Amino acid sequence: MTGTILTPGSRIGAETMEKAARGRSLWDDARRRLLRNKAAVGGMIVLGLLVLAAIIGPYFTPYDYDQINKDHVWAPPLTNGHLLGADSLGRDLLARLLTGLRVSLAIGLVATTVSLIIGVAWGAIAGYLGGRIDEVMMRVVDVLYSLPFIFFVILLMVTFGSNIILIFVAIGAVEWLTMSRIVRGQTLSLKHKEFVEAARAAGLGDAGIIAKHIIPNLLGPVVVYVTLTIPAVILAESFLSFLGLGVQPPMASLGTLIANGAQDMELAWWLLVFPSVTMVVTLMSFNFIGDGLRDAIDPKDR
Amino acid sequence: MLRFIGRRLLIAIPTLFLVITVAFFMMRAAPGSPFDGDRKLSPEIEANVMAKYGMDRPLHEQYGAYLAGVVQGDLGPSLKYKDKTVLQILQENYRVSLTLGLSSIILATIIGVSLGVLAALRQNQTTDYVVMTIAILGVCIPTFVTAPVLVLVIASKLGWLPSAGWNGGALPNLILPIVVLTLPQVAIISRLTRAGMVEVLRSNYIRTARAKGLPENRIVRRHALRAAILPLVSYLGPAAAGLITGSLVVEKIFNLPGLGKFFVISALQRDYTVVMGMVIFYAALILILNLIADLLHAVLDPRVRLS
Repeated sequence: MTGTILTPGSRIGAETMEKAARGRSLWDDARRRLLRNKAAVGGMIVLGLLVLAAIIGPYFTPYDYDQINKDHVWAPPLTNGHLLGADSLGRDLLARLLTGLRVSLAIGLVATTVSLIIGVAWGAIAGYLGGRIDEVMMRVVDVLYSLPFIFFVILLMVTFGSNIILIFVAIGAVEWLTMSRIVRGQTLSLKHKEFVEAARAAGLGDAGIIAKHIIPNLLGPVVVYVTLTIPAVILAESFLSFLGLGVQPPMASLGTLIANGAQDMELAWWLLVFPSVTMVVTLMSFNFIGDGLRDAIDPKDR
Repeated sequence: MLRFIGRRLLIAIPTLFLVITVAFFMMRAAPGSPFDGDRKLSPEIEANVMAKYGMDRPLHEQYGAYLAGVVQGDLGPSLKYKDKTVLQILQENYRVSLTLGLSSIILATIIGVSLGVLAALRQNQTTDYVVMTIAILGVCIPTFVTAPVLVLVIASKLGWLPSAGWNGGALPNLILPIVVLTLPQVAIISRLTRAGMVEVLRSNYIRTARAKGLPENRIVRRHALRAAILPLVSYLGPAAAGLITGSLVVEKIFNLPGLGKFFVISALQRDYTVVMGMVIFYAALILILNLIADLLHAVLDPRVRLS
């Protein structure tokens, strides 16, 4: 800008003016800060690779995840075409690991989406309507908060048998509580902003204001919380699987693989080590991304 | 203060009521019954057994009877362990869970707060980075990974500590389970403490204290820490819940006779009364811990008034 003389009608002037007028949006700033954060970028790259491996990997392994090979029982890594070894039934660990990763990531994604929908709707409605309704809705959240939830999930699994859809729903239904609190808090501060009043003055109804103005503006904190919820969900599923209540064999998830690996660790260390490392790397990349996003979107702490 | 405690206890009643109701009907909705053993009972005997435990009556009557019992402090007899009441089973097994839970939360608080303060005082220096790396690892490595790995290395390969068992609560048997439970809590607590401390150290009243010429360690200990650990206190309730989850896994791996292990087994065996008893026990525990957290909050922060 320095030294450029803005004469009316000149093209350089028009472009510069347009750029200045558009300015840098909050999201541009956030993206720039995020991309400067090495840990977050590393997390995104690693996570991208893991997701890719989970989606296409199972098609490229020499064995299927449930294929039993009597001759390959306890095959160590790098023997008989088992890159990561084989388990007590001679099943290929690499194939099982990729399938397990796929299942765990899918559970993380679906259950988080469930919690996202319930939590955002609940929090936004409570915060926006306020008064009695808010009080009642938030008291419900308080009560649910003080329940020993892992017990209820276990009871649910025992009651209805462990099928994978139920795991999605059960974990999602547990995780929405914090989301609804965050969303409510944000909504409370948003609803007195000028643009909401303007929308109301223009004749938009409550539902329209919540959908068009409140929810889009909640995006920042919600995105951050989502990236931190996915690993929490993956962990919760693994806990259940570890207790024998999650994904049922021959299907695999990271949790079941680690549980089986722990049983056989004296005989076959690879069954414990590779799934554990995958789990830790997955959780870490989510956490790095989540922390990076928080710093980027909400730079108060810098 | 007393009024506050009274009111909170009053609010706890509907919560407990809800817990009992949901758990009761969920448990009863499960297929199977506690009397499905390996040997099929003849219909007459089964009818007799059902009648003995009042299970031949309509469900809502059973529910009413159970609630009436709970109000009087009677959690009923176990359906699987003959001659034992639920209270006896709780009494026999709570010690393991409580020992593990309490020791690890105390240890985690001491270590976590120290590390967090250290990191905050040396912000953006090597110590800070080391502590924060430990914290991230602690959050990302779940207990069901640390537990088997530690057993494999320290117990099986090196033979320094026993790999499993309770052994009457002997110290060597306790070390590994407590370490496993403590690590993730240390991670979370040190992160919370560091964040709180960094914020507080920038505040005006700390600058005032410095200006008055107070020695640094007095500033940290008397003035900053007190405010910095507020978020930590709020974390106490959820931490208890986390310990319960963790102890389910730890009790399984280390083969400890604690409540968590008992709960899963009883749920699978449809031992209705034992499951209910444990749900009530844990719900009450979490409610009490939350109450303690709120009280501590008020003691530490004069701005919070108990109302």
